[in-house]
Amino acid sequence: MNYRMSKKGKLLIEILPDKCDFCGCCVGVCPEDAIELKEVAIEIIDDRCTNCSKCVWACPIDVIKFNKEGVLKSPATSYI
Amino acid sequence: MQKNDYDLIIVGAGPAGTTAARFAAEQGVSVLVLEKDRDVGYPVRCGEAIRRRGIEEFIEPDDKWICAYIDKFSMIAPNGVKSTIEYIEKALILERRIFDYELAKLASKAGAEIITRCYVNGLLLDNGKVTGVKYVQAGEEKTATAKIVIAADGVESRVGRWAGLETHTHIKNMESCVQVTASTPGIELDTCRFYFGKDIAPEGYLWIFPKGKDISNIGLGVSATMGKTTSALTYLNRFMENNFPNSSITSIVSGGVPCVTTLKKMTAPGIMLVGDAAHQVNPLSGGGITSGMVGGKLAGTIAGKSIKQNKPDLIYSYESEWHERMGKRHETYDRIKDGFYKFSDETFNNLAEMYNKLPYEKRTIGRLFTTALINKPSLLLDVAKVFIM
Ligand SMILES: Cc1cc2nc3c(=O)[nH]c(=O)nc-3n(C[C@H](O)[C@H](O)[C@H](O)COP(=O)(O)OP(=O)(O)OC[C@H]3O[C@@H](n4cnc5c(N)ncnc54)[C@H](O)[C@@H]3O)c2cc1C
Repeated sequence: MNYRMSKKGKLLIEILPDKCDFCGCCVGVCPEDAIELKEVAIEIIDDRCTNCSKCVWACPIDVIKFNKEGVLKSPATSYI
Repeated sequence: MQKNDYDLIIVGAGPAGTTAARFAAEQGVSVLVLEKDRDVGYPVRCGEAIRRRGIEEFIEPDDKWICAYIDKFSMIAPNGVKSTIEYIEKALILERRIFDYELAKLASKAGAEIITRCYVNGLLLDNGKVTGVKYVQAGEEKTATAKIVIAADGVESRVGRWAGLETHTHIKNMESCVQVTASTPGIELDTCRFYFGKDIAPEGYLWIFPKGKDISNIGLGVSATMGKTTSALTYLNRFMENNFPNSSITSIVSGGVPCVTTLKKMTAPGIMLVGDAAHQVNPLSGGGITSGMVGGKLAGTIAGKSIKQNKPDLIYSYESEWHERMGKRHETYDRIKDGFYKFSDETFNNLAEMYNKLPYEKRTIGRLFTTALINKPSLLLDVAKVFIM
């Protein structure tokens, strides 16, 4: 399988961009500067992410998921 | 032709950024403000409440951006008991999309250039000193140089990190927020309501701020650590179902507020941080509009002076000036917050009951906190400093 790779193995954090409000709460708590946020686009920077899950907890509207299977590479999720 | 060399570049056109721009530009230095969104002041991620006195230093109050005049606060305890306080100082509910735009106009009148749809994605560095920014405009990668960069890029701030400053917010200090603007028939137009309790907004509070007749901002913040089990949105949906089941909702926004003391280091060679990016929010209330503007004014004024006098080291005086004007006070508020957030529902209920026994004319905010702190005497001194001095 073609998984995205974080700094610590498979990437396990997944942002659902279609549901995101682009508010930046997740970016504010990310200790690794691993989230890129534009006006209406958001993406994890894979090789910085440590799967720490702080963004998952902080998201006010539940659109960041911890995906224990790992996040698949897919061109459709690349919004940036 | 767009210039690519300025005295000062500011990232972010929120209230902190445009205020910094204005106070620097007024001294005759060249200022560029880059904003990633297509418009200043939108989307509005804010309850829009401010103290009237706090804003008068910056702009003459104007009905075109004031939705409501507040002279009462109501605190609603977990058991539903309401305590109302006359707020002599007066608060305002803003229409922030117009307010932010007015602040931007003041900056541009003073000579600052503001360009929207410019996403800053890196810094230019020379031997560790910030000398400009990298940004993307209409798909094109660009750079611009400056003597000083001010990062006013809000809660999502990354610019400071690129200069080596530690700026992310610890998860326990981030208030995870969500707000609706909704129809609220019967809600008083002169009162801000605050609801407390572990089932309503644990380690935070819920607010209802009136925006006009029968329409209000209803929002809440909970400590981001709560999100391990329950998101802010779940709490708000619950409240709306229980209290305004038939309300029609015109908008919903999420957001984060860093509720903590100001960053110890807000400057590095060639760069200064202001507003949410520097954690200049009042950590007890979560209000950051006016305090971000105070930070913007201090930083913009000092940056202008530093450039005109060709004294790069002048920017370091910003930290102590902020500390004197606001930082110290925020340290006190932060200690009170720590006590306040740990109150049990029972404590809140008792507090409301004790408070309502006071004669009406003695019901002040200071008195509310003093009553609250009977349960936590060690905080009395802190409170005295804030409310009695
Ligand atoms: C739900 C909620 C309710 C609130 N209620 C209140 C209230 O009632 N009263 C109060 O005083 N405060 C309130 N606050 C806090 C207040 O909104 C903020 O403190 C205030 O907006 C901070 O101003 P700022 O200028 O620092 O940042 P912002 O207003 O956030 O502005 C930052 C700007 O920078 C831009 N930006 C970010 N990154 C980049 C980049 N890389 N390139 C270019 N531009 C960039 C953003 O698009 C944004 O426009 C609330 C906050 C929330 C989330």
